[in-house]
Amino acid sequence: MTIYQHTIRQNRYQFDSLKTLLAKATPERSGDALAGLIAANAEERVAAQWCLADLPLTTFLNEVVVPYEEDEVTRLIIDSHDQQAFAPIRHLTVGGLREWLLDYRTDSQQLAAVAAGITPEMAAAVAKIMRNQDLIAVAKKCQIITRFRNTLGLAGRFSSRLQPNHPTDDPQGIAAAIFDGLLYGCGDAVIGINPATDSPQAMTSLLHLIDELRQRYTMPVQSCVLAHITTALQVIERGAPVDLVFQSIAGTEAANRSFGIDLALLNEANQAARSLGRGTIGNNVMYFETGQGSALSANAHHGVDQQTCEARAYAVARAFEPLLVNTVVGFIGPEYLYDGKQITRAALEDHFCAKLLGLPMGCDACYTNHAEADQNDIDNLLVLLASAGCTYVMGVPGADDIMLNYQSTSYHDIRFVQSSLGLRPAPEFEAWLQQLGIVDQAGLLIANERHRLLQSAAQLGGW
Amino acid sequence: MAEQPESEQLWQRLRQFTNARIGLGRVGDGLPTKAHLAFQQDHALARDAVHAQVDFAALASAVQAEFPHILRLKSAAVDRASYLKRPDLGRMLDADSRQQLETLQSAPATIALVVADGLSAVAIERHAAPLLKLIKPQLSELGWSLAPLSLVEQGRVAIGDEIGELLRAELVVILIGERPGLSVADSLGMYLTYAPQRGRNDAERNCISNIHPQGLSYASASELLVYLLGQARQRRLTGVGLKDERQRLSQPTNPSLE
Repeated sequence: MTIYQHTIRQNRYQFDSLKTLLAKATPERSGDALAGLIAANAEERVAAQWCLADLPLTTFLNEVVVPYEEDEVTRLIIDSHDQQAFAPIRHLTVGGLREWLLDYRTDSQQLAAVAAGITPEMAAAVAKIMRNQDLIAVAKKCQIITRFRNTLGLAGRFSSRLQPNHPTDDPQGIAAAIFDGLLYGCGDAVIGINPATDSPQAMTSLLHLIDELRQRYTMPVQSCVLAHITTALQVIERGAPVDLVFQSIAGTEAANRSFGIDLALLNEANQAARSLGRGTIGNNVMYFETGQGSALSANAHHGVDQQTCEARAYAVARAFEPLLVNTVVGFIGPEYLYDGKQITRAALEDHFCAKLLGLPMGCDACYTNHAEADQNDIDNLLVLLASAGCTYVMGVPGADDIMLNYQSTSYHDIRFVQSSLGLRPAPEFEAWLQQLGIVDQAGLLIANERHRLLQSAAQLGGW
Repeated sequence: MAEQPESEQLWQRLRQFTNARIGLGRVGDGLPTKAHLAFQQDHALARDAVHAQVDFAALASAVQAEFPHILRLKSAAVDRASYLKRPDLGRMLDADSRQQLETLQSAPATIALVVADGLSAVAIERHAAPLLKLIKPQLSELGWSLAPLSLVEQGRVAIGDEIGELLRAELVVILIGERPGLSVADSLGMYLTYAPQRGRNDAERNCISNIHPQGLSYASASELLVYLLGQARQRRLTGVGLKDERQRLSQPTNPSLE
């Protein structure tokens, strides 16, 4: 086994494996401390970062962090690695990759060309020696475009998931929140409901609700009910109007098993949803959520730090060409990401790694009430993410999700960041908003007390 | 303050269908002052609920009549920050508390009741005493013996199992403050374990969640508790194998994360 080492002054630091080196090089966060993987002090952390910077990228093809024989995610990473795409960066070290990524000459096209040659562990490693501004600058250069009924990820665009959750799945309560969100110009990424009950019946009735609204107003959007993938497969079989199939995924086979999934099941669902042919301009049909700490909380992290585990989940995601992927960055609680600083760092790492690997990455910028965070931290993170070219964020009424009991970003927040940074929603959706008189040519909201959607909302009691 | 727009009446009517913050209105792209401060207030209440300390001395004197023998215990989490970062420490007793229970040589009992602050001090301060007063006579009526009442600082759910084991109880019931949401900061949960011992997992416990004025009432919660305890004793288990199979009168909803 290779021993990795670095000396600072007279202190020689040794790291007995690649996964230990990666863990020790990781910026401080509570989850790695909880797992007992964190650097003992700041000097050990920077020693690990020096050592990591000198590591040739080819090391990651020869030493895996989770055994190949034990883990199908490792097998996917190694077996799908594209040597040809890797060729332009093959000679680099991790530190060299950081500089190559930041170089003016490395543009969107070159980044897209090498994506299949970069493994999740390489992405995680380079992230660990990048500052927040590096993560923003490089992610911004990555352009990842996906399509279903609209086009997501174009330059100058910033999309949103409309998240109208309700603790008992009340259709009128959900519809009211949808109308509200549409009137703020939200929902182009997806109108996506987390159901309170994971049942085929509940899923089907919610799908019909959104589908009816979509058709009534000829909205260029897609819908999703975020039930378990097996529930989605059942309702597809029964003919329910499924646009996107959702699943939470993680970066190890064992963690995915704790979610009740494996790669074969994801593949089956991808094929089933594609076969429906419901996308009008594209057929990216999968929607994945991830988040640092999920592997550890399932006791399935194999001694690998949580950021590296998270990046490995993106290898799973990219195998299925999803329409949308987002990290749910502060949801899991302070034992994994303690405060606003750790949440912000993790969000920027996740966004960077996913974009580098070629994914349409969004972010649920959020926190729970026992984390050391508040809405100001989320405001800050929102501006950083939008600056980094993040594909989409969540639109939750008043930022308060009354079903999942956490705080995210609101309809107002999305408007704020679009206005402040001159960003627009997806072009097809923007045209629809203008056609309905929701926004003007400059993208500003039009005040209209008698708007058609408001009048429709007024009829909700009579359903 | 922004003027009330015409559509406000519409949104007020739609709020009968949802407690979501819909129809907040806007000034530019921002929130009107009233909606902004209402959110700040709810978040402040939730934060205070997490960081407040339970006055266990007051709780002890409030239930002294019903529970003459009360134990004051601490988890291995020394403060709130360590409690939040290290769930494992909140699940175990500190050395002194463990020794206290070991030297107690408690007689075997049917039920050990435990109260822990968990993530909401407010939930414990508001609901623990009235619930304990309601539960105690019902348990005694059934002829079930009670171990001393344990009050635990910085405790998580699983600490009840260690306490139940040391008190040689057939079943342990822990009352604990649940993670505060923005709309409810004082929700209390009760967890039951049959044959409690260290190392039991979540699948081996039952949970009665969401006990607060807008959620499950004290009466429904204690009724469900007595039912589950009876079933657990009969079937010698708790957890996924034990379900509420009564007519659906009071169904606990949406168990919160610890």
